Amino acid sequence: MPDFDQELDASGLNCPLPILRAKKALTGMESGKILRIIATDPGSVKDFEAFAKQTGNELLESTEEGGKYIFFIKKA
Amino acid sequence: MEEKKLAIIATKGTLDWAYPPFILASTASALGYETQIFFTFYGLQLLRKKLNLKVSPLGNPAMPMPMPVPVLIQALPGMQSFMSSMMKSKMKSKGVASVEELRSLCLEADVKMIACQMTVDLFEFNTSEFIDGIEYGGAATFFEFAGTSDICLYV
Repeated sequence: MPDFDQELDASGLNCPLPILRAKKALTGMESGKILRIIATDPGSVKDFEAFAKQTGNELLESTEEGGKYIFFIKKA
Repeated sequence: MEEKKLAIIATKGTLDWAYPPFILASTASALGYETQIFFTFYGLQLLRKKLNLKVSPLGNPAMPMPMPVPVLIQALPGMQSFMSSMMKSKMKSKGVASVEELRSLCLEADVKMIACQMTVDLFEFNTSEFIDGIEYGGAATFFEFAGTSDICLYV
């Protein structure tokens, strides 16, 4: 599991809120810093892949543990 | 990365149809799109400071119902408000954002909102009832941006 600099708990939130909250969190972070996101929306798995591809922020890891989806995104 | 553009025309003012323009616009902004929404006809209801959006099962056989309700019952007074509050509480319990929340996220993300001046005149809307930070314009105003957009949606 990568180290991270900031964490965002988007549990219970549905599309598009996890993406919007993540974007907001990343905006306040410096380039190269890592954001860990926790979500429960199953749609967020594909959405964070698409978000990373389109924004240039790197999706370092995407895992599922016990109904929670964990993402590590490195700010571009 | 070159900035893409999304242009949306929002023509409907019910609770269910309020979602697509605001979800797409806020998400597009998060993805780096420059986004504009042109609100016309019933879509103007989405710009009111105080939103009181409703959804009606009438004429919409696709709306999932907890139990089958005959159409004549759906037409009874109070049913529309009842269905609307049921829908709102369902959305809340599923972590779906409210229309108000999505709209403010759009404004925060600099989504440009344009109210159709012709419809404002037609329905004699009082512009003081609309949120701040919007512009008023016509079809030509919409095309100025839409003509250069990568995606253009009619909702």
